[in-house]
Amino acid sequence: MPSSTQIPYRKSSWWKLNQQRLTPWIFLFPGLVLFLVYVIWPIFNSLYISLLQWDGLSPAIYVGFSNYIELLDDEYFYISLINNIKWLIFFMLAVPIGLGLAIFLNQTIFGIRLIKSLFFFPFVISQVVIGIIFAWFYNPRGVIGPFLEAIGLGNYAILADEDFATYGIIFAGIYPQIAYCMILYLTGLNNLNTDQIEAGRMDGAKGFSLFKNIILPQLRPATFLAIVVTVIGSLRSFDMVAIMTQGGPWGSTNVLAYYMFETALSEYGYRMGYGSAIAAVLFTIMMFYILFFIYRMYQSEKKGL
Amino acid sequence: MRKILATIIAVTSLGYSSAFAGTLVINTDLTDPAPKAAFEWAFNKFQEENPDVTIEVNNFDHEGYKQAIRNFLTTNPPDVFNWYAGNRMLPFVRAGLVEDVSDIWSDTGWVDGNLTEGMSHAKKPMTIGGKQWGIPYTYYQWGVYYRKDLFEANGISVPTTWDEFVAACATLKAAGITPITIGSKYLWTTAGVFDYLNLRTNGYEFHMALTKGEVPYTDPKVHAVFDKWDELVKPGYFLENHASLAWQEAIPPMVNGEAAMYVMGNFSVALFKEGGLTNDNLGFFQFPEITPGIPMAEEAPTDTMHIASGAKNKTDAKRFLIFLSRADVQEEMNKTLGQLPVNSGSKVDPDPFLEAGLNMLNNAYAMAQFYDRDAPAEMASEGMKGFQEYMVNPDRRDKILERLEKVRQRVYK
Repeated sequence: MPSSTQIPYRKSSWWKLNQQRLTPWIFLFPGLVLFLVYVIWPIFNSLYISLLQWDGLSPAIYVGFSNYIELLDDEYFYISLINNIKWLIFFMLAVPIGLGLAIFLNQTIFGIRLIKSLFFFPFVISQVVIGIIFAWFYNPRGVIGPFLEAIGLGNYAILADEDFATYGIIFAGIYPQIAYCMILYLTGLNNLNTDQIEAGRMDGAKGFSLFKNIILPQLRPATFLAIVVTVIGSLRSFDMVAIMTQGGPWGSTNVLAYYMFETALSEYGYRMGYGSAIAAVLFTIMMFYILFFIYRMYQSEKKGL
Repeated sequence: MRKILATIIAVTSLGYSSAFAGTLVINTDLTDPAPKAAFEWAFNKFQEENPDVTIEVNNFDHEGYKQAIRNFLTTNPPDVFNWYAGNRMLPFVRAGLVEDVSDIWSDTGWVDGNLTEGMSHAKKPMTIGGKQWGIPYTYYQWGVYYRKDLFEANGISVPTTWDEFVAACATLKAAGITPITIGSKYLWTTAGVFDYLNLRTNGYEFHMALTKGEVPYTDPKVHAVFDKWDELVKPGYFLENHASLAWQEAIPPMVNGEAAMYVMGNFSVALFKEGGLTNDNLGFFQFPEITPGIPMAEEAPTDTMHIASGAKNKTDAKRFLIFLSRADVQEEMNKTLGQLPVNSGSKVDPDPFLEAGLNMLNNAYAMAQFYDRDAPAEMASEGMKGFQEYMVNPDRRDKILERLEKVRQRVYK
């Protein structure tokens, strides 16, 4: 067996020895390159730009932390931050409402598929379209204003009211988000373990206690996912604001993402440094949330769930 | 999107082809029907007169152009591009991206005729640091558009003084008509009102000083403007809920006869007429005098053509700019645009609004470019937010002006 004496010699080559360890990295390589170029590098570059005063054309001037110091004294920054919190809180309503709708639609009657798809429709159409339609609704000459006038409440334009305009936009933003949560729960409901429900029924659980103790725990993965996408959705609530009010009236509906765009990239903006400073703050907030999320995931995986 | 992609491809490929002599690359955002037609005519005419030149046009979408211009000027400059006068061109001039064309303007320069004579009134907005940076080819007037029939029915004649103007508002309000319509969702309409109140209360020099950041916003003269504004805002002479309306959405009330006046630019006439108004019931008058004796300056935003400093074919680019400044060319183009030629040697179509505008601007003491073109972008955006907030909450005036003063100190430092 002359050949067999040669094989161990070949196996001891560096490649053969490290093949197992190297292969995943080779497969990961293209993805990692893209991730570095399009995610990691822009993050650090933005952080660097936030230390500059730069209009994108003229030479940049290094100004240290003065953009951040200015941020601390910027009324619109605080308005945006508070609006972001409002978004975060009220956007969460999409989760229970979506759950309610999912349970309501989880029946087998004639035509339920059609009805389900109608309920899912808001998520399919573009956010831009929803924003425009809701802006028409709210327009004092649109639908709601004339209706209120007809029943004697006076014409009211929510998007022109600095105290409530944000809620008007959140309401429009929640509309597709509910559909998204609903579909997550519908798939969750499909995978319910019927044995457990049967067992629960036999033990006398019904109504709300059946729902709370048997069904809801089984929907935990769906709930988790719904909360995650809703939080992310609320933090990047940019499109609705851009379409419906452009941050107005007088900046009262700004959120961090839109304010960043307005200062750095809009027609009147081009303060790249200041915009990047806002981006850095938004990034920090998101980072805390994401770290918490990863920690939770790690913990539950350790428990073997 | 496909159009943008096509233009991007066109722009990148042109980087090579424009190296050949005789090719003139022009970047524009003139996608609306009227400007497009006007420029197509101009391009054809220019080529007819200069058969050795081939024109290559890259047309951008109007909104996209504001972003694209920053990219193409730095990375792949065309020979000629269109933009706006005043402070709007300042960042590009300061960054050295625009070619100095003072020689075209100077008497001994390129032109057969005398450009400075025909367009002297428009020279100021084209000047930065004592040099001229482009050629204006069209502008339009601002003023008060009103319903003639509503004025007649309420026994109001065209107001020429502030007291008459306020009295007219009071009469209209009493008759159940909204005196002044406005849609301030996109903010800039409020700046039109502010500019006119300021130009009439304090004059052109003060307007320029304020937009150049030389005067604090807490100055008594600024307060004087808001005192006048109070006389309109506090009795509720402006349309309700204007903060949620775009400027176009404020036109139906006037078309329906629910509102009587609109402080606007001449481009609104087309929409008024689309809504059903005619020359019989739609009229125009100059914004009335406030402080007697102050020379009447007007708002006349000017559209301009420039040469990029990185242009490959500067000779033909200058020929094109000179061509564009000619009285006959401006006359023909503005007939299609429905706007006013800048060259005072050009005539306009017999249209009551254009004639009124031409007459007003030719006699104007000076021409302001509009608050958001005279003031730097940052100041303008904060200022207009403040104007909108004031128009809804007039009692916040002091707070707003203090905030604007803070912005002024930061922007102009």
